Amino acid sequence: MDSSQISAAVSRLARDIAQRAQAEDAAGSLAIVGIRRGGVHLAARLRVELTQLLGHSPPVGTLDIALYRDDVAVRGAAPVVGPTDIRFPLEGKTLILVDDVLYTGRTVRAALDEIVDFGRPRRVWLTVLVDRGGHELPIAADFAGVKLEVPDDQDVQVRLREEGHAQDAVLMSRRAT
Amino acid sequence: MIGRQKHCIALEDYSREEIAQVLDLAVSMKEVLRRPIKKVPSLRGRSIVNLFFEASTRTRSSFEIAAKVLSADSLNWTSSGSSVSKGETLIDTVKNLEAMHPDVLVIRHSASGAPGLVASRVGCSVVSAGDGAHEHPSQGLLDAFTVREKLGTLDGKTLTIVGDVSHSRVARSDIHAFGKLGAKVRLCGPPTMMPMGVEKMGCTIEHDLKKAVDGADAVIMLRIQHERIGAPLLSTTREYSRLWGLNAKKAAEWLKPGALVLHPGPINRGVELMPEVADGPASVILDQVENGVAVRMAILYLLAGESAEAKS
Repeated sequence: MDSSQISAAVSRLARDIAQRAQAEDAAGSLAIVGIRRGGVHLAARLRVELTQLLGHSPPVGTLDIALYRDDVAVRGAAPVVGPTDIRFPLEGKTLILVDDVLYTGRTVRAALDEIVDFGRPRRVWLTVLVDRGGHELPIAADFAGVKLEVPDDQDVQVRLREEGHAQDAVLMSRRAT
Repeated sequence: MIGRQKHCIALEDYSREEIAQVLDLAVSMKEVLRRPIKKVPSLRGRSIVNLFFEASTRTRSSFEIAAKVLSADSLNWTSSGSSVSKGETLIDTVKNLEAMHPDVLVIRHSASGAPGLVASRVGCSVVSAGDGAHEHPSQGLLDAFTVREKLGTLDGKTLTIVGDVSHSRVARSDIHAFGKLGAKVRLCGPPTMMPMGVEKMGCTIEHDLKKAVDGADAVIMLRIQHERIGAPLLSTTREYSRLWGLNAKKAAEWLKPGALVLHPGPINRGVELMPEVADGPASVILDQVENGVAVRMAILYLLAGESAEAKS
């Protein structure tokens, strides 16, 4: 995916979210949480688009799932922990949970566990830019920018300008072992 | 692992980067402590044994809370009421506790070097919670964290440690942590309480309190370690208090505006620190206690959060 395809995908995601939110009378209770690090910038972009579509700005937060991972016992070093920053109550919210890539579903599992420890949202809509298949848990995206079936020996990388890349891109490469 | 360190025994052995790794992680850990549900599952199934051969309130409860917030199981063992009173040696005690497969042993002992000795004899990570007059690394890290949080950095700051430096393990850990993070360290206290050769650790000595705190960004007040002092090193505590104690008048006239006052506790109120300073606006003593939990969470997470295979 190149830069214009990514912008189009983000706009479409925002339109679909806004449409469903209005249909389900949830536009007023929307809130966005981006999973670090890939989901944070996408969450910010979605917020800009949703603000235009809805006429108000939903609150946005950041979630770091390092302390909720299920692979501490099988990984080598302890994973790096970044900041979690959610400054609004989750009670009653329709939460847009944002990540760049949906793969095994384990990150989302950890994120859901962490969210529950912060509060009780009314519902959670999982939104990803790329759903690459290969799910290992019963977790599916409510909104996906693009759906692909990527073999397990390939990596999908989302590069965004906000992280210092020259332009937005989604790249696939053989996994370094 | 903290950088290349499997244990946390002496900040003397730690690099600036290793110290910074703990402090950076402690920022995230402090955020966890302020959540509505103060519990994360990251050390679920890990066990931590707290071995205290010496009295402690803050440090032991701080390590215990840190373990609980990270969902580790912790066992608290104190020497009173144990088989130590029946003549069991330190190594035998530790070997028996090790057979219960802890991931981290936290140990406080009145003998300098005891945690290092234990570390050489067990397979798990060892964290010193203070050994004799050697080091108290988690206190040094939390003091550095507190100063960094309040002042933004330690680089180029002047920090003054006042009191019984020669018997203080806190002072020793503070000196290493502050120095490695780029601060200038001044020591102040009675000549009988200044250790030999501290200039080699990069410190300056100033016996006059007014000069020692002049222009300092933070002042760390220490307690007289009566339990470690054999022969009396002072004439009276009243004299000590007059010359090296900090009261409201001295604090107002001598400290630069915005300077912090730290104390590792327990405070001997009225001796080294008057209540109006300990409870005053410059005091960050209770911040130190809260930050202590965050820093200890970071230490436990880095040392116990590693897989057993990666360690061996």
